[in-house]
Amino acid sequence: MTDPRYVGVGFPRVDGLEKVTGAARYTADLKFPRMLHAAVVRSPHPHARVLDVRLEEALAVPGVRAAVAGRDFPYHTGIYLKDQTVFATDRVRFVGDPVAAVAAEIPEAAAEAASRVQVDYEPLPAIYDAEAGIAPGAPLVHPDLGKYEVVPWITPQGGTNVCNHLKVRKGDYEAALRACPHAFTWTYRVPQVQHVPMEPHCSVARFDPAGKVIVHTSAQSPFTVRHLLCACFKLSHGDVQVVVPAVGGGFGGKAGINLEPIAVALAMRAGGRPVRVMVDRAEEFYATVVRQGLTATLTTGVDRNGKVQAQKMHYLWNCGAYGGYGVNVVRAAGYTCGGAYEFPNVWGDSIGVYTNRPVGSAYRGFGMSEIHWALEQQMDRVAHEVGIDPIDFRLRNCLGPGKATVTGQVLGEHAGRPDKCIERVDAALKIRGQKRRRFTGKGIACAVKAPAMPNNASSSVVLKFAEDATLEVLVSGIDYGQGLMTVAAAFAAEALKLPPEKVRVRGKPDTDLSPYDWQTVASRQTWATGNAILRAAADVKRQLLAMAAEALGVPVAELELEMEEVVHRPSDRALPLTALVMGYQFPDGHTIGGPVAATASHVPEGLLYLDPETSQSPKPVAKWTFGAQGVEVTVDPDTGQLSVDRVVACYDVGHVVHPGLIRGQTYGGVVQGLGTAMMEELLLDEQTGRVRNAALMDYKIPTTEDLPAEVEAYYVETPQEDGPMGARGIGEHTLIPTAAAIANALFDACGIRITEMPITAEKVLRALQEQGKGPPR
Amino acid sequence: MRHEITVRVNGVSETHTVADNQTLVSFLRDTLDLTGAKEGCNEGECGACVVLVDQKAVNSCLMLAVEADGHEVTTIEGLGRPDQLHPLQAALLHHSAVQCGYCTPGMILTAAALLHQNPSPTEADIRAALAGNLCRCTGYRQIIDAVIEASSHVRANATTEPRMPRRLQ
Ligand code: FES
Ligand code: FES
Repeated sequence: MTDPRYVGVGFPRVDGLEKVTGAARYTADLKFPRMLHAAVVRSPHPHARVLDVRLEEALAVPGVRAAVAGRDFPYHTGIYLKDQTVFATDRVRFVGDPVAAVAAEIPEAAAEAASRVQVDYEPLPAIYDAEAGIAPGAPLVHPDLGKYEVVPWITPQGGTNVCNHLKVRKGDYEAALRACPHAFTWTYRVPQVQHVPMEPHCSVARFDPAGKVIVHTSAQSPFTVRHLLCACFKLSHGDVQVVVPAVGGGFGGKAGINLEPIAVALAMRAGGRPVRVMVDRAEEFYATVVRQGLTATLTTGVDRNGKVQAQKMHYLWNCGAYGGYGVNVVRAAGYTCGGAYEFPNVWGDSIGVYTNRPVGSAYRGFGMSEIHWALEQQMDRVAHEVGIDPIDFRLRNCLGPGKATVTGQVLGEHAGRPDKCIERVDAALKIRGQKRRRFTGKGIACAVKAPAMPNNASSSVVLKFAEDATLEVLVSGIDYGQGLMTVAAAFAAEALKLPPEKVRVRGKPDTDLSPYDWQTVASRQTWATGNAILRAAADVKRQLLAMAAEALGVPVAELELEMEEVVHRPSDRALPLTALVMGYQFPDGHTIGGPVAATASHVPEGLLYLDPETSQSPKPVAKWTFGAQGVEVTVDPDTGQLSVDRVVACYDVGHVVHPGLIRGQTYGGVVQGLGTAMMEELLLDEQTGRVRNAALMDYKIPTTEDLPAEVEAYYVETPQEDGPMGARGIGEHTLIPTAAAIANALFDACGIRITEMPITAEKVLRALQEQGKGPPR
Repeated sequence: MRHEITVRVNGVSETHTVADNQTLVSFLRDTLDLTGAKEGCNEGECGACVVLVDQKAVNSCLMLAVEADGHEVTTIEGLGRPDQLHPLQAALLHHSAVQCGYCTPGMILTAAALLHQNPSPTEADIRAALAGNLCRCTGYRQIIDAVIEASSHVRANATTEPRMPRRLQ
């Protein structure tokens, strides 16, 4: 009998049936008896002192059951930097900052009561740009920054607006730059954008009469939510239960902690009744988290052979009003500041700055899309200036086995191959040395990302059997669309030679029952949970064979695990798994073993902190995934309209675990990347500090009409040494290079550079007119 | 003001008293606990709440429950059964065209209305019909491919043959 293969072949996703039939329940679909509805009172000011909050009138509204304000719970929270309270206490820092909240029998009563909460503000000067935030004498968004609790590897600068600063110093940048015949400096900008998950954030909390807090929430990280809730409200982990049902997309916006503290605070005053906090689409845009803005200034020094010798990178991040999570985006962008390239002499600074904008946080790519917008345009421009084909220039400078990253980590054989991805994209799209029609162009950009997480971020799983030998796989990574449950089923089925229909992944974690998992972020689940499953499966197999050996009176070495049975070839005897999974019972009735189960975990091996002054480290991160995307565009010179006709993506994923899912990740990332490249920008009215386009009508995301005619996906499989069957992460990487590739194709098409994302028709038309290429003004 | 309405929902006659400002999506989700219709925006911009009213795709957040009085409503819960999926449901599974699934019910019902009207749509027809259904996860490619495949099944056999067994193939 040939070995079954479930890894790499693809079968319908295991949570697919419940999703196509409407059976899947998301947090907002859950109904709890006597559930109350909340409304949040939010700051109308971008920056103000809070003098007084009066709840009496709100409490007098019929149907209102609870009202809370900052003074009730003056506790700090934040995953890396505890810079936020549940509700503003002494000051508000952006339009939308929660000030108070109410819970009522019906949503209308809650809304009415929220409008009757009286808040006295004393407006303060607001800052909206990171540049303004670091200027001397800038108003301080967090005067207490120096007093906040923070993890040791984040470095807020008390008395300023800098919430983190990572420095990368490698080689002798100044000397190397002086020796270069060519040097170029340019600046690039990325605005704040929003995740726009189709399911807005929603959390329901209950404080039961025995003092237990039960939270159902749309989140990426139930255990981290529990951990942060406990830290915030001074509760024991034993008394807080967090359950995550189906999640309608997250893209980083549901990482860390979000609405949960508001729901818990209300629940504590609601007499044991469940309280649901749900944001509407407008609040989703301005009051939940967003992707940070970036201003990047790069200097590149190139030698006569077209090799970059000196590279300076200055990344200035607009973190918005709070940096609890965003500080780590700043850090990740710092230690990955050189992207997919080998730069021997590096001067890098990644600086996070508080402003009075919406709160920056994790967003698919975790800073990488933003820095690649700068890096990959820079590489293209430098190639153009020194007269080298952009493909050749990239191949000459890219990382690969034996080459050293900006932090001095020398990549091994198993690190993945950007060169192969570049070659594959070029082979499909024929970018190199092709003559094109006027106003059509091709461009490429590379991508790289490592998981950005604490060095000890771990995942664990439980494998156990039901009586009919159905294998139950308990995971606590969240399947919010990327397909973790299906990937988990594939690994378990493969390792234990079970048909996938005999594997049930219990993937909607409940912290009371499920094994620990740090967070579902960082494209880490296939790798971390996959490894844990393979380890637990090996344990399960060992237990089954040991029991069968005793049952059959044969040595373990003569046994094999086959499809749903253990086989003894020499005697042609077999035991079905159903005879083993609950323990084996001999004909005389006595029983050995017991219900078969195993647990296993994964924690990254050998990660070492960065040097605090230079960020050098032999192994700062667990793994790198490299890739490249090429695009073909057409520009309409009369309107400036850019159309992306074709996209070719290639990634070195180590091992394709599920062909349909990985293509889904690729198409989805490309189209999301295309949205940020050409359509998306959170616009702020600088008079009022309000987001001007907090609605889907005004903030457009790609639709079926925006999908390029052709999207092709290719995968290189250089096995990851510590990956499950060689696999490495891919979920975020697919949107990292898209925007820069489009910008480079635009340049190829008509010689214009748009350095401020997004590339709108207006910007293109204006640039064409400035070059005398567009229609007369 | 409250009104008594009778709506045929997934083949079952439902008579309820509703407020005159209750939306159809709220009636389905809150009154009937049919939560397959999702709320993504409540302003007609995302398509997550699409249901069929007399075989036509409707944003149920923009329609009042009283307007559905006397009409026939199909939600995702009534489209197919696990052992007899609608060809669109089966094709979406087959093409890995479902990710988080939040847009999926609205997407399927919009496509079902399209195939009802036009059993042989071109890719351009499909793109146009689905343009009001936002999906942030999939990038749409596999959804469009699934609708193309399902259209051939719909043409071949209006009642459909199940492509998928109970769980997995
Ligand atoms: S909820 Fe109806 S269109 Fe968005
Ligand atoms: S599958 Fe997530 S929004 Fe479409």
